[in-house]
Amino acid sequence: MTETALPTHQFSSQFFAGARACIPVVISVAAYGLVWGVLARGAGLSALEVILMSGLVFAGSAQFVALDLWSQTPASLPIGPLILAALIVNLRYLLLTATLRPLYGPHEQLKGALTMAIVSDETWAMTIGEMSKGRGTAAFLLGGGVFAYVCWMATTVLGHTLGAIIDNPVRYGLDFAFTATFLALLLGMWKGKADLVPWLVAALAAIVSAKLIEGSWYILIGGLVGSFAGALSERVRHADQS
Amino acid sequence: MLTSPEALLAIFGMALVTFAIKAGGLLLATRLPRTGFAAAWLKHMPGAVMASLVAPALVTGSAAEAIAAAATALVFFVSRNLFAAMAVGVLTVYFARLALAA
Repeated sequence: MTETALPTHQFSSQFFAGARACIPVVISVAAYGLVWGVLARGAGLSALEVILMSGLVFAGSAQFVALDLWSQTPASLPIGPLILAALIVNLRYLLLTATLRPLYGPHEQLKGALTMAIVSDETWAMTIGEMSKGRGTAAFLLGGGVFAYVCWMATTVLGHTLGAIIDNPVRYGLDFAFTATFLALLLGMWKGKADLVPWLVAALAAIVSAKLIEGSWYILIGGLVGSFAGALSERVRHADQS
Repeated sequence: MLTSPEALLAIFGMALVTFAIKAGGLLLATRLPRTGFAAAWLKHMPGAVMASLVAPALVTGSAAEAIAAAATALVFFVSRNLFAAMAVGVLTVYFARLALAA
């Protein structure tokens, strides 16, 4: 797979094949987008801030975490923790996008790097699935990615608009929407018993540091300590087996 | 209010680190650890961050929050639907607070 530009008709057929293949996963992207948009209004983001964050950051988990840190008064906005949290939540993309390397020839590195901006977990998974069957092209990835990007933009803005209908969120129990959403997102990440140790350690570390340290550092502390414990426990288990 | 310089700085910063990571993975593909300790650490980060967000909110909440969290988890396991899970969680906390206050 080192050939350079595909003929135009082949590019467009791959592009649309990618978009079509991603329809099921984009439906879930749209649902997450709506929820995020509603919560973003509750957290105090303006419509412009929603458009900028969805359009420029385009990373669901990191955007959900950002809402928890967000502050309506600009002076108390935790800029450092927001950027650091995005960095930590998105570090996994190092591993994901590294596996897409075979899609790009040696002279296509710049094109490939720019395309990575529209890669998400969902479209990455679909493209890797194609690649494992011996298919999968850069155009396929781009088609799915652009489709997911457009849906994310549209549904987050729609959610933000719908959120205007709801006044005084606490009265309707909507303050709990954050916790409920994070809990459902967490449960959706469950891949097996290997997740138990990092999640429990993260929860404990977060509870303790939330009591001891002012502000939202508990999210980063729990995230780093918990994932470290997960890696440690995997090493211990592998050592047992050998 | 449209936005503020602080918000713009935060959003641009988030965008920059996110793009740097995504592009970096592709460009450094041959030099990154695929297996082993560092790879496992990276892999567990999103779940650990999510768990850190949820846990303190649940332990500091009242019985209403605990009941609603159980309802949210149950609906998510049955439906695998984020929307439904969140809606049931919010409804449950609303009624549980009414019931517990009475």
